[in-house]
Amino acid sequence: MTEVVSGPLLTADGRPLKAALATAQARARRRAFLLVVPLLAFVLITFVVPIGYMLKRSFEHDGFSSAAPNLAAWFDANPDGSEITEEAYAALVADLAQMQKDKTPGQAGTRINYTVPGTISLFKGAARKAKDMQPPFKEALLAEDKEWGEPKLWAAMRDAASPYTTDFYQVAADQKRADDGAFQRGSDKERIYLYLFFKTFYLSGVITFICLLLAFPVAHLLATLPMSKSSLLMILVLLPFWTSLLVRTTSWIVLLQQQGVVNSILVAMGLIDDSGRLVMINNMTGTIVAMTHVLLPFMILPLFSVMRTIPPSYVRAARSLGATSWTAFRRVYLPQTLPGIAAGSLLVFILAVGYYITPALVGGADGQLFSNMIQFHMAKANWSLAAALAAMLLVAVIVLYWLYDRLIGIDRLKLG
Amino acid sequence: MTSATSAADAAFVEFDRVQKSYDGQTLVVKDLNLTMPKGEFLTMLGPSGSGKTTCLMMLAGFETATNGEIRLNGRNINQVPPHKRGIGMVFQNYALFPHMTVGENLSFPLEVRGMGKADREAKIARALDMVQMGKFANRRPAQLSGGQQQRIALARALCFDPELVLMDEPLGALDKQLREHMQFEIKALHERLGITVVYVTHDQGEALTMSDRVAVFNDGVIQQLAPPADLYERPENSFVAQFIGENNKLPGTIEELSGDKALVRLSTGELIDATAVNVTQKGQKTLVSIRPERVEFKPEMMPPGAHTIEAEVVDVIYMGDILRARLKVAGADDFVMKMRNTLGQTRLANGQKLKVGWHPQDARALDPM
Repeated sequence: MTEVVSGPLLTADGRPLKAALATAQARARRRAFLLVVPLLAFVLITFVVPIGYMLKRSFEHDGFSSAAPNLAAWFDANPDGSEITEEAYAALVADLAQMQKDKTPGQAGTRINYTVPGTISLFKGAARKAKDMQPPFKEALLAEDKEWGEPKLWAAMRDAASPYTTDFYQVAADQKRADDGAFQRGSDKERIYLYLFFKTFYLSGVITFICLLLAFPVAHLLATLPMSKSSLLMILVLLPFWTSLLVRTTSWIVLLQQQGVVNSILVAMGLIDDSGRLVMINNMTGTIVAMTHVLLPFMILPLFSVMRTIPPSYVRAARSLGATSWTAFRRVYLPQTLPGIAAGSLLVFILAVGYYITPALVGGADGQLFSNMIQFHMAKANWSLAAALAAMLLVAVIVLYWLYDRLIGIDRLKLG
Repeated sequence: MTSATSAADAAFVEFDRVQKSYDGQTLVVKDLNLTMPKGEFLTMLGPSGSGKTTCLMMLAGFETATNGEIRLNGRNINQVPPHKRGIGMVFQNYALFPHMTVGENLSFPLEVRGMGKADREAKIARALDMVQMGKFANRRPAQLSGGQQQRIALARALCFDPELVLMDEPLGALDKQLREHMQFEIKALHERLGITVVYVTHDQGEALTMSDRVAVFNDGVIQQLAPPADLYERPENSFVAQFIGENNKLPGTIEELSGDKALVRLSTGELIDATAVNVTQKGQKTLVSIRPERVEFKPEMMPPGAHTIEAEVVDVIYMGDILRARLKVAGADDFVMKMRNTLGQTRLANGQKLKVGWHPQDARALDPM
């Protein structure tokens, strides 16, 4: 005898079941939400907002647009490709005179300088004399400096007349204004950003691979040793975490420098000549060695947490079924550690791509990474270019993450 | 069968004075001697830490014997690595490779033996049919129930036709009903394929129902190696009597001893009849062991002239097929008597006084523990 219920299910006292359930769970949900509110607020203020601001800065620079309202108005009225008329020069001279009064020609020149180098002095010089210039302004300005007639300068000013621009991304992608004002690829020698960008990914890959090679046996040992011994080993693995990054990095300098410990031992052993001491620091080798050391625990821990869950009976089963120890490792053990390998590699790689302090300390000239370039432009107060470079890095990491999800699946990631 | 062939048969698996120590201070396995003929189903039974699993692991090659020799088919295998022993093994947690399908799991032992694809497929199909899992070749182990995984583990251990199969508590993770069913199936497979099986368990029911012989392990020593019926009905020492099945123990002293007949005086002064098993002289302390279902309280069921002792019913538990009465006998109230729940069975009341007795051969005078 089943009662046929039509429509939504009701509780015993006639309320819809779904509504009753929502009320019953509302309290628990509110509690859960309140528990995460502090973290949510913290992340919002210290992470989402700054990154959003950084992304905005990479598209925005009002150094020129705010200082040159008249020229901006003329650019608005005359579309791209129009002839540069006397009217435009008049607007420019008026703006230059105003800049001189407001002491902003340097700031405006800097904005143009990003895409047309050498324009800061041009602006400063012209602004100083703008007040006294007489029409025709075109001749007056060209008399001051021939460059005022250059198409690429005008193209740059047209772009800079709006505070919103993709110029910084063009620069970050090693694009350069040609004489006609259009962007084109810079010569190979000038392609510093993309070169460094790909080198950073290459070096991160190398570091990740070395970390994997070094971490795998250690993690395996950690997972299989008896408890008392494995906790001692675990302390050794975690020890670097408890030491200052700076101390660890400088100790590498002590070890690897030409008069350092490693070189001296090699010389003492007669493996190398005193005159042929190896250069292992302040170059790429230094960056790789020191970063591998710093990032190693991030590979060991996820590997360990996965290996710990693999019972020894799998390998034993494989051996009893007739597999040699190598076959058992390759076909049974290794495939089961893949989630750990993937997690550790992703973690180390993403950390390495954005690493700054270690390459800055031990990288020398050819061991610098992309972050060092970002820092370089930040130090020079070129925030927009730094932001554009940082945004490139961010997008690259997100793309990698997406690829990883497509190929391996983020749900297979095991961090501990 | 001539004695020559039986001697050769008897030596399929041999443990010869095998000792094993992990730390160099204590022996986990002490002087193990065991000979198994081909085709036997032998169970190693014992509490955890008794050395039974260590013995199995030494036979499989995952542990090395500290001393002594292990021989398979007359050949010393102490130095042979596990993958060259050709022994099938079923593990406690099945150890099915989770990243491979059922078919790939079964294919693994055949691939590492370099077998061709057609042969492999035939063998896999045969092995899966053997355990009634023919339709599951493309499933992953995680998609199977415990019982199904168990069958696959069994098929994998058998599909490369090993002559010897080791099973390490293979049914431990299954529920009672499934376990009993699988016991029956494993036994049937053993008989059909004629393989030799060494089975490790701590479940005595499993050991008794499946085995040709059972080796009861305790403290690194085989306490008794015998067919199940002997083990249950004729335990050779107190440990075996206690470990296998339910058992009543009455401590006492040997009053008279003639041949295997013993008269035992209990601590309360009463006399009982018993069979002398490992007692040798008058005045010796002993522990008399009697199975609860062999205790009688109706005078007509007792042999004439047998000694009886006073008992008082403490409680009676109704268990369906049997009635289990707890009695106070010789000062202790843990004496158990089991009665079949038949139509005319006498219902005992709590506090009722009665006299209990038994056939002397059912009471075994053993070493005091």
